[in-house]
Amino acid sequence: MITYESVTKIFGTGREAVTALDNVSFNIPKGEIVVFLGPSGCGKTTTLRLTNRLETITRGNIYIDSQNIMDTDAVALRQRLGYVIQAIGLFPNKTIAENIAVVPRLLGWSQQRIDERVNELLQMVSLEPDMYRDRYPVELSGGQQQRIGVARGLAADPDILLMDEPFGAIDPINREEIQNEFLKLQTKLKKTIAFVSHDIHEAMKMGDRIALFDKGRLVQYDVPEIVLTQPKNKFVADFVGADRALKVLGLLRVMDVINRKPQNIVRAADRAQDALNFLNEKGLRYGIAIDRDKPIGYVTPKILKYEEGVVRDLVEKYPLFLKERTSLRDVLSFMLMHDQATFCVLDDNGNFTGTVTYNDIQKIVKESYADDTESNNNKV
Amino acid sequence: MSTLQFIIDNYSEVIVLSWDHIWIVGLALIIAAAIGVPLGIFITGHKQIAARILNFANILMTIPSIALFGIMLPVLSLVNLGLGKVPAVIALVLYSQLPIIRNTYTAIKNVPHAIVDAAKGMGMNKWELLREVEIPLATPVIIAGLRTAAVMNIGIAAIATYIGSGGLGVYIQQGIDRVYPEMILSGAILVSLLAIIVDGLMALLERTVTPKGIKVQRKSLR
Repeated sequence: MITYESVTKIFGTGREAVTALDNVSFNIPKGEIVVFLGPSGCGKTTTLRLTNRLETITRGNIYIDSQNIMDTDAVALRQRLGYVIQAIGLFPNKTIAENIAVVPRLLGWSQQRIDERVNELLQMVSLEPDMYRDRYPVELSGGQQQRIGVARGLAADPDILLMDEPFGAIDPINREEIQNEFLKLQTKLKKTIAFVSHDIHEAMKMGDRIALFDKGRLVQYDVPEIVLTQPKNKFVADFVGADRALKVLGLLRVMDVINRKPQNIVRAADRAQDALNFLNEKGLRYGIAIDRDKPIGYVTPKILKYEEGVVRDLVEKYPLFLKERTSLRDVLSFMLMHDQATFCVLDDNGNFTGTVTYNDIQKIVKESYADDTESNNNKV
Repeated sequence: MSTLQFIIDNYSEVIVLSWDHIWIVGLALIIAAAIGVPLGIFITGHKQIAARILNFANILMTIPSIALFGIMLPVLSLVNLGLGKVPAVIALVLYSQLPIIRNTYTAIKNVPHAIVDAAKGMGMNKWELLREVEIPLATPVIIAGLRTAAVMNIGIAAIATYIGSGGLGVYIQQGIDRVYPEMILSGAILVSLLAIIVDGLMALLERTVTPKGIKVQRKSLR
């Protein structure tokens, strides 16, 4: 856990003094990713650099696991904290293996232990050790270099990782991929991470919490959903953007809105007229045809009206099915693309588990914007 | 042709004088590097001292070599070293300071900020930062400074003949005194040749000490 207690940083003295950080207090819980977000010059990078004492605090205290960082040796402190910056931070005169091995070597590990660790880390970031160990940074693509940067930060297995716009220099497609890989790693590693970013999408995606800075002040510190749905002031609202309803959807998944017991189920083996009666009786606009737990399509009264056969032969097929983990942003996109207001959700075996409708999505968005301080507190 | 004949006729003397010349320049270069490189590194951390030292080295460079020998003569005469190789070497060391200090200083300063930041952030102390990152990355430019100094000093050493240092300047000086064009030309040609060879060797050295990762980078940029 990292605790920031009334941290103030002033650069320069006298008339030229600039307050880069003004009385900032918050803490980063163990095992969470906290994204320091804000426009350039807002104090996010300064906060990070104060943490490993690349800058010196003017007033206030920073504690790491309740130890004041000013009571520790700066060099020893930095060796304890993993540090990842943009790809240009790799040492061009060192091979990939040497780059990764920097901190372990400073800590005096044996060569054998270092070699093993390098191989392990290269595999962890999905680069084949035999192929990349002896190459130089410049021989790698931007995305690969950044993976090395991450591996280097993790080299000595630090509990805490400080990341300064680590994926900023990569093209969007690669960035997406490396972010996903990193999140997957994090579910295993459970590091405590301070992550500087200026990209709201990245913050939403990576952050367990977001610390939003503006002009040296911490404006809002909350989980991403709250930052999106209950921005504290106009700055936050502007920063997260006019499309924040869509961003909220990006954070929600099918399992948050799924209807597991829909009323409008018909059996595939039912006769068309029986199904039609059932729909008319209940006033339903369509029915989902299920065949041994598998949804095979849907039928409407119009389709069934003059038909004699069984439902199975008459269904309209669904263009695609959802998984429980599909993001609602994607679901909404599917709905627009396929002109479909309902989709079925399948489990990993392809069995029907429920439905998601446009109305369900609309409802949850509305709910998350309801100005309800009580539910706010519950979420935090 | 008669110049070539002169060199052939006097080849044993040519070798001795060349050797003297190389020896003076080489010794001066080693001493100059031993002073200039550490000084250049030291001043990277001290902005104000850096400005003063670089200014001083600049001024040294503007003093004509003949004048410098003249200034040094009475001073060094106090310890009986006013003439000969010692004042020559001292003068060459002084002249070398500017290219060596300036190149060292610039090279270290030009190591990308992000790389230095990464090194510090990962917990390297000042020495480790210098040894592992800054010096390896700065070496090609430092060597380039030594190269400039070496070539320049070969020329200046020819003038040092006037204070009795020996070397190939002897032919130029005596040739002028004796109005003996072949002798002057032999000296001039041999000095130039030496400068070209040394320049080539230093270029080779520069390439050898460039870290492999940077060489690869240059190749891929081409």
